Amino acid sequence: MIAAALAFAPAAMAQQHKLKIGFITTLSGPPAIIGKHMKDSVEVALEHLGGKVGGLETEVIYGDDQFKPDVGVQLAEEMLKKDQVDFVAGIIWSNVMMAVVPVVTGAGKIMVGANAGASPLAGSQCNELYFSTSWNNDQSPEAMGKYLQDKGINDLYVLAPNYQAGKDMVAGLKRYYKGRIVDEVYTKFQQQDYQAEISQLRSKNPKAVFAFYPGGMGIQFVKQYVQAGLRDQIPLYTVFTVDETTLPALKEAAIGQYEARFWSPDIKIPASQKYVADFRKKFGYTPSFYGAQSYDAIMLIDSAVRATQGNLKDTRALVKAMRKADFDSIRGRFTFNVNHHPIQDFYLLQAVKSSGPDGAEMRIVQKAFEKHKDAYSQDCKMKW
Amino acid sequence: MTWALVFEQLLNGLQYGVMLFLMAAGLTLVFGIMNLVNLAHGSLYMVGAYLAAAATQWSGSYLLGVALGLAGTLVVGMAVEVIALRTLYERDHLDQVLATFGLILFFNELIAIVWGRAPLYSSLPPWLQGHVKLFAGSTYPVYRAAVIVVGLLVAALLWYVVTRSRLGMLVRAGASNRTMVSALGVNIQLLYTIVFGFGAALAGLAGLMAGPIYAVQPGMGELILIQVFVVIVIGGIGSVRGALAGAIIVGVVDTLGRAFLKPLLGTMIAPTAAEAAGPALASMLIYLLMAVVLAVKPAGLFANR
Repeated sequence: MIAAALAFAPAAMAQQHKLKIGFITTLSGPPAIIGKHMKDSVEVALEHLGGKVGGLETEVIYGDDQFKPDVGVQLAEEMLKKDQVDFVAGIIWSNVMMAVVPVVTGAGKIMVGANAGASPLAGSQCNELYFSTSWNNDQSPEAMGKYLQDKGINDLYVLAPNYQAGKDMVAGLKRYYKGRIVDEVYTKFQQQDYQAEISQLRSKNPKAVFAFYPGGMGIQFVKQYVQAGLRDQIPLYTVFTVDETTLPALKEAAIGQYEARFWSPDIKIPASQKYVADFRKKFGYTPSFYGAQSYDAIMLIDSAVRATQGNLKDTRALVKAMRKADFDSIRGRFTFNVNHHPIQDFYLLQAVKSSGPDGAEMRIVQKAFEKHKDAYSQDCKMKW
Repeated sequence: MTWALVFEQLLNGLQYGVMLFLMAAGLTLVFGIMNLVNLAHGSLYMVGAYLAAAATQWSGSYLLGVALGLAGTLVVGMAVEVIALRTLYERDHLDQVLATFGLILFFNELIAIVWGRAPLYSSLPPWLQGHVKLFAGSTYPVYRAAVIVVGLLVAALLWYVVTRSRLGMLVRAGASNRTMVSALGVNIQLLYTIVFGFGAALAGLAGLMAGPIYAVQPGMGELILIQVFVVIVIGGIGSVRGALAGAIIVGVVDTLGRAFLKPLLGTMIAPTAAEAAGPALASMLIYLLMAVVLAVKPAGLFANR
């Protein structure tokens, strides 16, 4: 009996000093490519930390939300109850995030969002236990709107899928772009063929086009735009449409494309350069911003656990340490706004020809916003 | 709104319709002749797109890629028929739906395992990249024009094969009385395999033509499958003629709706209301059309018998 108890004791001690992170993303269906970028980036972060987040032996439990809020909730509950995770991180989609955040924070654990940027979570529903290493949905279109406004472009044609995020993107654009909008077209979600819209667009002869078409929709829209011969006639400005998840399928069709974003693999920041180089070496492809945010999420958790000497029971101390965001971010110096969303720079990017396997890559052209805050933080009543 | 624009949109509608027809023809043949509901038809479309894109990249020749893609889908289709579907002809439709839904999951995973989850690059040769001038200064992509030509040629060929050739005669005979045809010494099992492979190759053709326009990714077949079912319900299940008419009607209605419904509504109701109602109505249009057709002619426009 005594021998058995003794044999168990060290194991129990070791258990206490183990950190468990539940990482939820989408690993099946067409969006699984985003999940892959995120998961691979977590692996790079773990490698950089020698497998020890915050100096503790770490286990990451991955979950596939299948793009469904109810599955996300199930996963979070299982991670919290069965696996007893200390943090939950990840999540691509706003609707999944809105469902999962109350579950995680309700259990008294910290949620670190690594992509979804639902505005309620940045504003009225901000939460002590919710942190974001990404952005709010409409910040990228805000940056694009600012750029187009500064450039004095008039007669803009606007296209987006007909769902909430599409409307949010256009609202973000309009917050900073005050020029004339020729037409605002909302297409069916997951539409494949845009030739009809492209014919309409050409007949209106706008000076520039703004579009938001994430994932497969973006590949289709951009290819068809180029095939219609419009690439050299009307410049196309997009958000969340051309990135490292879609470039391999677009290749030369992407060249000349403008995007607005907070990050690009070519950004001249040491932590980012190290992340991109090691990621490429390990996985043989170029990471996207989805990955960069996930890398930051793990590094943020690392900084907080380190600052509290691995005391995972003291949530207040962890939150306090998280707010400092004292880590080497892929953005350079990382600062949180009062609503636990980053204050960050945004850039105008352009796809240019490259000698790499994709034949094209994103390059930063100029800064669009310096230390930009989202539009919702004033609705957040959180006190630090 | 100018007439040139309307003409261009009609052309767009025709092109979309032709693409739908290639899918619908195979599906409706299989249903009409073998009484099999095949939800996995979209998977064969995906297989065609992937095989052609991969073969083009491997061989460096677009035409060789197309040929290999077509042949490959034909073989895959026949293999699926022999291995999985042959036993399902005698079962009821629910069993067929369940089994072929399983095939969808199988093919999506298989494609993801072989080519990865990232969308695949699919290119066009330079001679298909330009545009042709239409009147009034508008232009039309050569590739889309080529899709229309190929689609109409296939429709003509299909009409010839089904109504004028010995194979078509056997197929039609097999559809009306399977036992009698086999009693006359025709290997009906082989005939079914050939027809299924042929239908698969048509789906593959649609897929490989869609590749350079759409995103080649796992699950791409399911995105078009719903519209294809609308087409065959409108056209009349089992009728190739109905599939052609239904596909062109659906293609044109959908395209014109997306292009002109919002401006048209804007002249009748308040612009802000048109802004919201236009896109919503445009995306419902083909389903409304289907409901009307079902109410007036429940068996579809060109019902068989």
